[in-house]
Amino acid sequence: MWTFVHKLGSPKWSYAICGRLQPFFWVAALILLPIGTVWSLAISPPDYQMGDSYRIIYVHVPSAILAQSVFVAMALASAVFLIWKIKVADMAASVMAPFGAAMTVLGLFSGSLWGVPTWGTWWTWDARLTSMLIQLFLYIGVIALRGAFGRGDQGAKAVAVLTLVGVVNIPIIKYSVVWWNTLHQPATFSLTERPAMPASMWMPLLVMVLGFYGLFIALTLYRLRSELIRRESRARWVQALAD
Amino acid sequence: MSANSGGSTILRGEVIGLWGGCVAQVRRELKIARRRGGDLVNPLMFLALVVMLFPLGISPEPALLASVAPGLLWVAALLAMLLSLDGLFRGDYEDGSLEQMLLSPLPLPVLCLAKVFVHWLLTGLPLALCAPLLGVLLALPGAGYLALLLSLALGTATLSLIGAIGAALTVGLPRGGVLLSLLVLPLYIPVLIFGAGAVKAAIEGGMAGPALALLGALLALAVAAAPFAIAGGLRISLNG
Repeated sequence: MWTFVHKLGSPKWSYAICGRLQPFFWVAALILLPIGTVWSLAISPPDYQMGDSYRIIYVHVPSAILAQSVFVAMALASAVFLIWKIKVADMAASVMAPFGAAMTVLGLFSGSLWGVPTWGTWWTWDARLTSMLIQLFLYIGVIALRGAFGRGDQGAKAVAVLTLVGVVNIPIIKYSVVWWNTLHQPATFSLTERPAMPASMWMPLLVMVLGFYGLFIALTLYRLRSELIRRESRARWVQALAD
Repeated sequence: MSANSGGSTILRGEVIGLWGGCVAQVRRELKIARRRGGDLVNPLMFLALVVMLFPLGISPEPALLASVAPGLLWVAALLAMLLSLDGLFRGDYEDGSLEQMLLSPLPLPVLCLAKVFVHWLLTGLPLALCAPLLGVLLALPGAGYLALLLSLALGTATLSLIGAIGAALTVGLPRGGVLLSLLVLPLYIPVLIFGAGAVKAAIEGGMAGPALALLGALLALAVAAAPFAIAGGLRISLNG
């Protein structure tokens, strides 16, 4: 098992492993997302209070979950990079950041669209919304810091430290609906309890969440391969690939 | 000439322990600050000028000003802290003192903590002491003054510690100023919420205690964790 972990640290091996894993996640994403979309938009029943507007949940919840998961994944990769100096981990963190920022924007935007029919406003300074907006600025800060340093070990380490500092916001987002009595409703999914919705509503949501995760992993593997080639362009194995 | 001997160091024949090193660092910072006296007044002038802008820009009506005063004073103080951050490590970086700090056998996080303490003492504390005075200009209700002083004194210490992380990470960059604000401001928001919240609570119902306790908790967390991130940031900025 340990040899496998050590091999992951080598750019050549991680390039190959990413290539081997990639198709599975693409297939999962491309099967789950269309099924989830049709199921959630056409088949699942309308809500008795919100009518059809509740269907925004099928984009809103997966993107909001991903916005947080991606940052946690970046923080884990940063910790691995800082502790064991594994460069592949830093490359992984760097390719995840734009996707996470995009998911945060999507979560905020879809929430805003949903807010109009249900809360009667585009925006409110609710704890969950504010902490999510902070999350977006943390993503932008991480991307901007990497841009300011350019490629190199120094920038990579600085970004890793910032990511680890920024991860304090994740529990704040997670528990903002518990600690403060806010407009935003509590979590839809939980590992320990059954969802309050009927199965015909939460099943397509689960499919959508898994589809988003599949897309995230597939895109990360795909972009990680590009990043590996770009950064290791002088290595012999990349030259051999090009020939 | 220094040699490490179990947590203490021998410098010119004298044994300097952890505490002695901190005291030396604090005295050095204070001496530098005294010789550049003008820098001390700048954040205070900035605070006064920003506070002056609001009555002119929004409305000089006391009732309106009183309702927004806690937030305005806190935001202005926060921006004044932010402006002072860029110089926190800049001078030491340029003249090579930071390298000496890194080479020192004393633990770097402790030296960083001493440095940040002086930054708070010379920037945060004066801001906290002056803010009530400016509160008079904004017609802050009488019940809010003590809470304003206490919340700023506690809150600016946390702001110094968080800001020093950003300053340490960007000290090696030629134009790190704007980037520094981008990195640090999102992390300042919780302090702002509880700080302004304490003053508002004191004005409305006289119960500033819970918000002040939360500010204290944030400070305790920052004191425990931030020095390590600051030290890490400085090592990255100097060694790459």
